[in-house]
Amino acid sequence: MTTAPEILGTLHNIRTVAVAELDGVEDDATLEAWRIAYLGRREGRLTLIMRTMASLDAEERRSVGVQANDVKALLESQFEAKSEELKAAKLAQSAKEGRLDVTLPGRRPALGRLHPITQTMREITRAFISMGFQVVEGPEVELDHYNFGMLNIPKGHPARDMFDTLWLDHTNPDGERELLLRTHTSPMQARIMEATQPPVRVVVPGRVYRFEATDATHEWHFTQVEGLAVDEGITFANLKGTLYEFARLLFGPERRVRFRCDFFPFVEPGVDMSIDCFSCDGAGAPDCRICRGSGWIEIMGAGMVHPRVLDMSGIDHTQYTGFAFGMGVERIAMLKHGIDDIRYFYSNDARFLRQF
Amino acid sequence: MAMNVPLSWLRAYVDVDIPVDQLAHRLTMAGIEVGGVEQIGGWTNCYVGHVLDVGPHPNADRLRLCTVDIGEERLQVVCGAPNVAEQQKIAFAKVGATLFNTHSGKVEPLKAAKIRGVTSEGMICSVLELGIGEEHDGILVLPDDAPMGMPLAEYLGDTVLELEVTANRPDCFSVLGVAREVAAFSGTQVAEPDAAYPEDGPPIEEQAAVEIADPELCARYTGALLTGISIGPSPEWLRERLTRAGQRPINNIVDVTNYVMLETGQPLHAFDFDKVADRRIIVRQARAGEKHVTLDGVERELAPPMVVIADPEKAVGLGGVMGGANTEVTEETRTILLESASFHPFNTRRTADELKLRTEASLRFEKGWRQGLPPVGLRRAMKLMMEVAGGVAAKGIIDVYPDRPEAQTITLTAERMQKVLGVTVPMAEAARTLTSLGIACRLVGDDALVAEPPPWRADITIEDDLVEEVVRVIGYDDVPTAPLAAPIPLSTPDPAQSVKEEVRDLLASIGMQEIITYSMVSERALELAFRGAEPPAPPMRAFNPISLEHECLRTSLRPGLLRTLAANQRHEGVPQWYFEVGKEFIFYGEGLPNERQKAAGVLSGPGAQASWATSEATTGFYDAKGVLESLCDRLGVAPSFEPLDDPFYYPGRAAAVTADGERIGELGEVHPEALDAFDVRGEGAVYFEVDLAALTAAVPQAERRFRGPSVYPEALRDLALVVGMDVPASRVQEIIEQHPLVVRTTLFDVYAGEQVGAGVRSLAYRVSLQAQDRTLTAEEVQRTMDRLLSRLERELGAVQRQG
Ligand SMILES: [Zn+2]
Repeated sequence: MTTAPEILGTLHNIRTVAVAELDGVEDDATLEAWRIAYLGRREGRLTLIMRTMASLDAEERRSVGVQANDVKALLESQFEAKSEELKAAKLAQSAKEGRLDVTLPGRRPALGRLHPITQTMREITRAFISMGFQVVEGPEVELDHYNFGMLNIPKGHPARDMFDTLWLDHTNPDGERELLLRTHTSPMQARIMEATQPPVRVVVPGRVYRFEATDATHEWHFTQVEGLAVDEGITFANLKGTLYEFARLLFGPERRVRFRCDFFPFVEPGVDMSIDCFSCDGAGAPDCRICRGSGWIEIMGAGMVHPRVLDMSGIDHTQYTGFAFGMGVERIAMLKHGIDDIRYFYSNDARFLRQF
Repeated sequence: MAMNVPLSWLRAYVDVDIPVDQLAHRLTMAGIEVGGVEQIGGWTNCYVGHVLDVGPHPNADRLRLCTVDIGEERLQVVCGAPNVAEQQKIAFAKVGATLFNTHSGKVEPLKAAKIRGVTSEGMICSVLELGIGEEHDGILVLPDDAPMGMPLAEYLGDTVLELEVTANRPDCFSVLGVAREVAAFSGTQVAEPDAAYPEDGPPIEEQAAVEIADPELCARYTGALLTGISIGPSPEWLRERLTRAGQRPINNIVDVTNYVMLETGQPLHAFDFDKVADRRIIVRQARAGEKHVTLDGVERELAPPMVVIADPEKAVGLGGVMGGANTEVTEETRTILLESASFHPFNTRRTADELKLRTEASLRFEKGWRQGLPPVGLRRAMKLMMEVAGGVAAKGIIDVYPDRPEAQTITLTAERMQKVLGVTVPMAEAARTLTSLGIACRLVGDDALVAEPPPWRADITIEDDLVEEVVRVIGYDDVPTAPLAAPIPLSTPDPAQSVKEEVRDLLASIGMQEIITYSMVSERALELAFRGAEPPAPPMRAFNPISLEHECLRTSLRPGLLRTLAANQRHEGVPQWYFEVGKEFIFYGEGLPNERQKAAGVLSGPGAQASWATSEATTGFYDAKGVLESLCDRLGVAPSFEPLDDPFYYPGRAAAVTADGERIGELGEVHPEALDAFDVRGEGAVYFEVDLAALTAAVPQAERRFRGPSVYPEALRDLALVVGMDVPASRVQEIIEQHPLVVRTTLFDVYAGEQVGAGVRSLAYRVSLQAQDRTLTAEEVQRTMDRLLSRLERELGAVQRQG
C-alpha cells in the first residue's frame, strides 16, 4: 500500500530528477530514452506512479491526480520544448556543415532543341494559322506541268530563267524530261485549286531546290512558305492587310511595311513586300548591315493570283479573286537571328544549332 | 539582266526634275529596281580649257608646249598627245587634281612636274585619265561650245543608274523605256526621238529582196538600204553615250546600231551589202552541220532550228544573236543593208545557249515577241546613220511580215479595278497614267477605257495587266489595308501533319537535337548505308546534279545522320543525340515518287551532357528503344519489338517495331563497319527510324477515356524468375500484365551468369496489384502471385529464383 504523501513525494522527486536530466539531453536518442523512462505508456515512471494511485480513496485520488497531471503536463511540455530545441540545433548544425557551392553547375535533364529552320517555320505558320490559314504540304519532286505550266510559265517562257532548275534524270514515255525538284512551293497553288473550289486559305511550308552555286546568301536547297487565299471579293487590300499583320506578328507591332511592283508570272499585279529595318529602325543608317542603308528589308513576293492561273485550275476568274505570297524561311531566320551565312543551316554544326 | 542608263541620256527624252535618290526610289517602287547609282566625274581642279597656242618643246620632238586658258588664269602645259591643236576645247587638270595615272596604274593626285626641263602646270586629259573611257591614244576633245573655265565635273559629270530589269520588261532594256517610266510618275510625256530622214535613192524593192522561209522563227524582217556612206569614228557625243552605257565604240555605223538598240530596245544589224550575193536575204533554219564564222571570229557549227540570215550562197549572220564575219562593215564598206527583225524568243535563247553566245541582241529577243518594234528601230537608226556617215537612203523600207496579227485592244473597267485592288481609281486618272507610259487609250464613258498596248510592251495582254500598270505608278501606298473579312474556310486538319510536329517536340523534349540535312546524297553514301541490303528502290538521279556529293535523292536518312554525327564528333566528342524529320524518295519508275516522311535518330554517348554530377554511361540499344517507347507511349501507340536482321546493324542487336501488326519502324546498334564508313568514332552509335505515315495510322482515333485511380491501396510484390535465354522478356511481362489485378510491372533486374547457371537468366519484376472496388487481402495477393507463377511455369518454363 502506498500513501498519498508518499506518492506526492515520489511525484516531486520524479519532477525534480526528470527536469534535471532533460536539461542535460543533447541528442534525439537520449531524449527518446528520457521520454520512455518518464512518460512511457507502459513502463514510464510517471505512468507507474499514477497506477499506484488506484489504492487511494476517492478524495485523495482526486487531489493527488491533479498534482500528477500537473507534473505530466510539465514534463510533456518540457519534452516538446527540448525536442524543438534539438531539431533547431540539428538544422543549424547541418546547415553549417552542408553548405552548398551554389555556383557549381546544375544537373540538367537532357533537353534537345529544334532546328532553327523548324522554329522559324513554325513561327511563320503560326502567324497565318491565327488568321484562319490551314497548313498543307506538297511533293518535293514535281512535274514540269505544276511547277511551271500551271503557273503561267509555259515551256520557253523567259521567266523560266528566274528558276534555275534541278531536273531529275527520267523521261516519260513520250521521251520528255518532266520530273524536277520543285523550284518553289507555288505548284501547290495549282494542286490545291484543282482539288478544291473556293474558299481556299492555306499556307504551304516545304523544301525547294535550285540549280545554283552556294555562297553566303544562296543555297541550292532551302525552305519556303507559300500562301494562298481565294474567295469572292478578295482584293489587293486584303493582301496588304494579311501580310501587314504577319509582319507585325513576326517582327513586332511597330513594323511598317512597303509594297513595290515586282514580277512573278503567276500573279498580277505582282509585288514584293519589305518591312522597315528593325536594326536601324528604318532610318537607313549607311553602316546598317541588315538593310545596307536602305532602311527597308525585302521579306517576300506576293500578288493577286493571275486570272490565267485561276482559269487553268478550273476556277472562274470573273467570279473569284485571290492573293498568293511566298517567302524564304532561311532569309527570315537569318534576319531575326543575325546569321550572316545561309550555309550554316545545313552544316548542322552543333556549335551553331545549340544557339537556338 | 542589268541595264546602265546615264542620266544625261535619259534627259534627252524626259525632264528629270527630282533628285537622283528620289528618282531611284520611284523607279524601284514602280518595279524597275535601281541596284546602284554610279557617279561619273566628281573631279576637282579640272576645268574646261581653251588651247590658245601649241608650240614645240625645246628639248623633245614628240612633246608640245601648250598654253591653256581656263578663264581665271593661263597655264603652260607639256602635252604628248598627237591630236592636240590650237583653239580646241579640252579637259584641263590643274596640279592637285585626282586622276588615273597611266604610268603607275593608280588613281592619285597630279603633281607639278618638270618635263624635259620645262615646267608643266597641269595636264590635258585623255578619257582614260578621267576614268570615263579606255582610250589613251589622244586627249579628249570637247565640243567647241563647251564653256571655258567651267568645272569639268559640272560639264562632263554624269550619273549612271544601274537597273535590274525583270524578265517581263524588256522595254526597260532601253533608255526610252526607262524615260517612259519617269514620264509616268512625273505626269509628263516622253519626247520621242526624231526618225525622219530623206529617202532620195531608188526604190528599195529594185535593189534588195528579203524572204522569210520560216515565219514561226522569224516573224518579221524589216530592212533599209543606205549607199555611199563613209565609215569612220563616231562623233564624240555618240561615243560618250555608248561608253557611259557600258558599250565600246567601234565605228559610226556599228555604233548607231548599238546606240539605237540601247535607245529603243530593238537590236539591229548592218550588213556590208556588196558582200551579199545576189542582193537577196533569206531567213531560214541552219542546216545540220552548217559552218559559219560570226563577227567575233569564231567558226561555229550550226544545227536546226537555229536561224541564219543567208544569201543564196551562204549564211551571213546568226539570226537574233550575231552577224557574220563575211559581211562585216569595214572601212571599205559603202553600202549597207540595215536589218531590224523579230526573232522567236525561245529559239533565240536556245541558240545562244547552245553556242554559248549570249549577246545584247539575244538577251533582248529572248524576253518576248515585240513584233511591232522593228520598223521603229530601223527608221531611227537610218536617221542617225545618215547624220554620222552620210549616204543616200533607198526609197521605202522592206517589211516582210507574213502573219501580221490584228491590232489588239484591251478594255479596262472601273469595276475590275475595284475588284482586284479594293479601291476605286477614277478612269480619267488611269487613262492619264497609261498615256504617260506610252499606252494609247481612250475613255468609254466614266467607267471604262480601251487601251492599245504599244509595240514595245509585249507584256500587256489582259485587263489585269493594265490594273498593274496603273497601280504601280500611282503607288501601292494608296491601296487601303484591310484584313480578310470572309469567314474562315472549313478544313479538316491532316493528322500526319500534327503527328509529325508532335514527334519533333517529343524527340527534342527527350534530349535530342534536331538536324536538317540535304535531301540529295551520293550514290556511294546510300550503298554504304544499306550495306548490301536490298534498297526499297534505286535512287532517283539528278539530270544536272549540283555535285557528285548530291547526285541522288536519298532513299534513306541514314547517311545524313551518320555524317552529322561524325562531323560534330570532331569538335564536340560524345554525347550526341540527333534526329531528323525528313523525306525518303522511293520511285517505282512512273508517276511521282513516294515521298516517305520519316523521323530518324542517331544516339552516341549518354543523353545528358557529361558533368561532375553524372556518372559515365554508354549508350546502347536500350536507349534508342527507350526513346521509341516514350514516343509511342505519348502518342498512345503500343509498339512491339522483334529481332531484325539487317546488315546496317550489329548482328543480334536490332529490332523491327510494329504496332497493331504493321511495321512502323526499326532500331539497332549500328554495325561497326557502317560507323567506319561514315567516320564515326568512339563507343558506337544507335540508330532508329519511324515511318510517320505508319505511326499516324497507329495513333488511336478515339479520344482517351479517363479512368479514376483506385482509392484502395496497392500491394507490391517482387517476382524473381529464372527463364530460358530464348524466352523474350516481353512475353514474360505480357503474361504478368494480362492478370486483371496487375496495374503495373517494372522489370528491375536482369541477370545472367554463374549464380543462375548456363542457358538461363533471371528476370526480377516488381508487380503492383490493386482492385478498383476493395482492399486486397494478403491471401488474395498471395493467391494471385501463385497463379501468375504457375502460368509462367506452364507457358514459359519459368521457375521462381531461389535465394
Ligand atoms: Zn537598317
